[in-house]
Amino acid sequence: MSEAGGVGGRPPTGSMSEAGGVGGRPTEKMSEQRLAVRKTYKLFIGGAFPRSESGRTYPVNAPEGRFLANASQASRKDVRDAVGAARKAFGGWSGRTPYNRGQILYRVAEMLEGRHAQFVDELRAAGLGGNAAAREVDAAVDRWVWYAGWADKLGAVAGSANPVAGPYFNFSTPEPTGVVGVVAPDSPLLGLVSVVAPVIVSGNTCVVVASEPAPLPAVTLAEVLATSDLPGGVVNILTGRRAELAPWLASHLDVNALDLAGVPDEQVGPLEEAAAGNLKRVLRPTGDDWTGDQGTRRLTAFLETKTVWHPVGV
Amino acid sequence: MQVGRVGDAGGVPTETVAGTAGLRDFLHGLPGVDQVGVEERAKRLATRSIKTSAKAQAIDAAIAMVDLTTLEGADTPGKVRALCAKALRPDPDDPKVPRVAAVCVYSDLVGVAVEALEGSDVKVASVATSFPSGRAPLAAKLADTRAAVEAGADEIDMVIDRGAFLAGDYGKVFDEIAAVKEACGDAHLKVILETGELVTYDNVRRASWLAMRAGADFIKTSTGKVSPAATLPVTLVMLEAVRDFRAATGRQVGVKPAGGIRTTKDAIRYLVLVNETAGPDWLTPQWFRIGASSLLNDLLMQRRKLADCVYQGPDYFTVD
Amino acid sequence: MNFDYAPAPESASIVDIRPSYGLFIDGEFTDPADGRSFKSVNPATEEVLAEIAEAGAEDVDRAVAAARAAYENVWGPMPGRERAKYLYRIARLIQERSRELAILESIDNGKPIRESRDVDLPLVAAHFFYHAGWADKLSYAGYGPDPRPLGVAAQVIPWNFPLLMLAWKIAPALACGNTVVLKPAETTPLTALVFADICRQADLPKGVVNIVTGAGETGRLLVEHDGVDKVAFTGSTEVGKQIARSVAGTRKKLTLELGGKAANVVFDDAPLDQAVEGVVNGIFFNQGHVCCAGSRLLVHEPIAEELLDRLKARMATLRVGDPLDKNTDVGAINSAAQLEKIRMLSQVGEREGAQRWSPPCELPDRGYWFAPTLFTGVAQSHRIAREEIFGPVLSVLTFRTPDEAVAKANNTPYGLSAGVWTEKGSRILWMAERLRAGVVWANTYNKFDPTSPFGGYKESGFGREGGRHGLEAYLNV
Repeated sequence: MSEAGGVGGRPPTGSMSEAGGVGGRPTEKMSEQRLAVRKTYKLFIGGAFPRSESGRTYPVNAPEGRFLANASQASRKDVRDAVGAARKAFGGWSGRTPYNRGQILYRVAEMLEGRHAQFVDELRAAGLGGNAAAREVDAAVDRWVWYAGWADKLGAVAGSANPVAGPYFNFSTPEPTGVVGVVAPDSPLLGLVSVVAPVIVSGNTCVVVASEPAPLPAVTLAEVLATSDLPGGVVNILTGRRAELAPWLASHLDVNALDLAGVPDEQVGPLEEAAAGNLKRVLRPTGDDWTGDQGTRRLTAFLETKTVWHPVGV
Repeated sequence: MQVGRVGDAGGVPTETVAGTAGLRDFLHGLPGVDQVGVEERAKRLATRSIKTSAKAQAIDAAIAMVDLTTLEGADTPGKVRALCAKALRPDPDDPKVPRVAAVCVYSDLVGVAVEALEGSDVKVASVATSFPSGRAPLAAKLADTRAAVEAGADEIDMVIDRGAFLAGDYGKVFDEIAAVKEACGDAHLKVILETGELVTYDNVRRASWLAMRAGADFIKTSTGKVSPAATLPVTLVMLEAVRDFRAATGRQVGVKPAGGIRTTKDAIRYLVLVNETAGPDWLTPQWFRIGASSLLNDLLMQRRKLADCVYQGPDYFTVD
Repeated sequence: MNFDYAPAPESASIVDIRPSYGLFIDGEFTDPADGRSFKSVNPATEEVLAEIAEAGAEDVDRAVAAARAAYENVWGPMPGRERAKYLYRIARLIQERSRELAILESIDNGKPIRESRDVDLPLVAAHFFYHAGWADKLSYAGYGPDPRPLGVAAQVIPWNFPLLMLAWKIAPALACGNTVVLKPAETTPLTALVFADICRQADLPKGVVNIVTGAGETGRLLVEHDGVDKVAFTGSTEVGKQIARSVAGTRKKLTLELGGKAANVVFDDAPLDQAVEGVVNGIFFNQGHVCCAGSRLLVHEPIAEELLDRLKARMATLRVGDPLDKNTDVGAINSAAQLEKIRMLSQVGEREGAQRWSPPCELPDRGYWFAPTLFTGVAQSHRIAREEIFGPVLSVLTFRTPDEAVAKANNTPYGLSAGVWTEKGSRILWMAERLRAGVVWANTYNKFDPTSPFGGYKESGFGREGGRHGLEAYLNV
């Protein structure tokens, strides 16, 4: 399924989006004769980059209408495969030490920074101004660093030793919920990292439905994740029709929680109803402000609290 | 642990089914094994750096401790003869390379191995007792054992009844080992615990003591057919058991890790473990064996690398 | 077969020790005002490693002023997320240079390379990594919505874990927004000076970290300096008390991590082989130069004899010698003075009637060495059961009941740490409830982690280092 060519294509460097970055047109200035090599944007499942099993794609255009790329249009079977991959990865990922997860997430931030120019290009292609795009990428990297640091602090902030009335030692620790379905918001990079990082830092694994109109940065993020020591399957990214994919995630009985960040208001109710089938934890859309302090809400939404009792005596 | 007070645990079986309750009390009275602690200790010993002359010494010692093994359904007399040829001349280019300790085969191929190794000091070991599962009536296990011994096996590698062990029926496990020991006659008995199925280190320690008290000459980690096979911490627990058993009874029992030991580095780590746990008394083929097949060529490659200072390629070592 | 391990020395070629080192003040290595210096010695060979500048009053003034300026102008106002990224950089640089630092630590301190490589350096990097993550999350640490730093921190650290103690001090201070002037111990300054270089590689703003080298007098000048807002000291209880007196009546916030005489309590149902390992690790780790060392072994009487037999057999396998040999378990005593103290207290132990035992053990001719040593027949009234020896010397006592174990364990002015060995969970917790010690290890010993608060009760000091609790020492709360 996956092609070697899908990963690690040499990212364009520098800030010339004309020079064959997204939507790579024949270049205009620097190297008149050379035609750019374009990237195929595919799905990210279990650490590999397959095309949709359905064989479908959909065109992604810039706001002014220019063709950028054909993105894979994932199907319900891709959802199924992605959930399978996420479940398979859960035991290993949640079993890593928090320190190790923090190290890996920080590594992701290093790789993100290294693709700064590429992300700026993609965000500009998606309609952001040059400075706004750069600021967005800066914020996304810092956001990722912020969440990385939570890995080995959540237990201290969200856990407790409980002074029960009796000869027992009693403590509560936060644990990851399991497989989380994430419907990403349309903020194509900052919004995306703001919903993915808090889910995985605590040990969850996830299946992400990327922004439908601007999916390309999500695929590039997948390339970052694939080169960051993050085990395959911890993050799985699907591109396609949100309205088609989200209900399958919501009803899937091996998904434990849902983040509906990118779901339009009118679809929240039906998805929550489907999620009730196995009592998924649901985080409703929280608004579109991805720039400010995010608080711990997105972290704690996907945690279970486990309380342990043990007698004290000789 | 009051091992010093176990007066009855001599070299020959002294207990019967009637002793089951006592056996259970004894085994459950052994000190526990803390998983984190034993794994940490094994990991730390694995950082020992064995270089130059010590490495050369260790490689030769390891070669001489190998039980060169083939235990496949597809084994044929031809395959066994080839293996025996390898056992006799591990490195045809260098006569100074020691011979391996034994060749280990299924019981129906013992005769082939005996013939191929005739006149040498390489021993013939045979797995028996419905290896690897051990799921057969005792009579069949004994017949299997006797057939191997009659065909000339010097050593018998039996498997314990893990089902009975995990069900707490220690008496049954004990009696089977004792019966097989009797069927062995003069052949040495290695008792395979199949630690991968016993799962806990507490079980490994109990099974080690059970086997030793029932008459085992060797305790062996694994069949090689179950994962995990030999690991350093499991072997560490077994080495502690033979050390303590000798301190309590005066009888020395050997240890054989088997399965998953593929590189020289692995093998040397086991020797370090022996050296610093049971002690140098165990560092001979008489008391320590390594059950392996592909390990031998890696030992040979490393041996030649040490001598020639050139990294070796597999094309220069024989595959049998 | 007699399996002798051939020497396996770690190559010191990646370490480049300069003939002399200045003071690291305001981002530059500078000479001390009065030009004084002292020598740092390799305790395994007694060779001089380098000439080290000795900071006087003028230098300490300069360092404090640099730290103050950096605090007011750069580091204090800087957003937490930017401070975080500096600390992550430092953590990464330490990881990248960890082998070099480990070797240098072993050369300067005498500890085995196995420990500096596998324990000290990973913990150092982890400490910076962990605290980097706090820099932008202080409002979640439980000290209010916007906790403020203190200002300039004066930090004085010991020689037993030179770089690790530096990390324990500098990482939380910087994460919380303080700037620091740190004085490493006079016998082990070298890794702190490489750390100064790491600060430069990280482009850390000048003056945020200042390193002043010197002996006790330099330390006194620093902690008594009017310009510091915070004093953090790790070292002996005696000096800790002097410091506590000197900051009395000032605005300075003080934390102290001092001596210990920890009890390691082994019950008859303990996992025996692991308990033996834990006892060995408890007292012979880092030559016993550990404030939380399990220097008093309290054994349940039913297993006392058996445990001692096993312990002696295990001690006989300890490999004492060249710190840079990868197979060395016990390295060199850090200094001639420390060796003298250990010898003196051991002689007192013999004089007071305890039985002394050491495994046969060849010690090198040059350098400072002391064989792993065990005293049996020790009573609480013996000096070797009361005073911190800070060396590879274990005092063995026995007990009959859990209450007696608790009473003996707590019968000391110290209260840094304790160990409990039993397979019975409820007894572990019962003991932990009663032990008057800041850290209790159950079925393990000498474990450290940046997320885990560390610090003592009673005369072992106050304040905690590590974890959420450790931040308090560097916040104005």
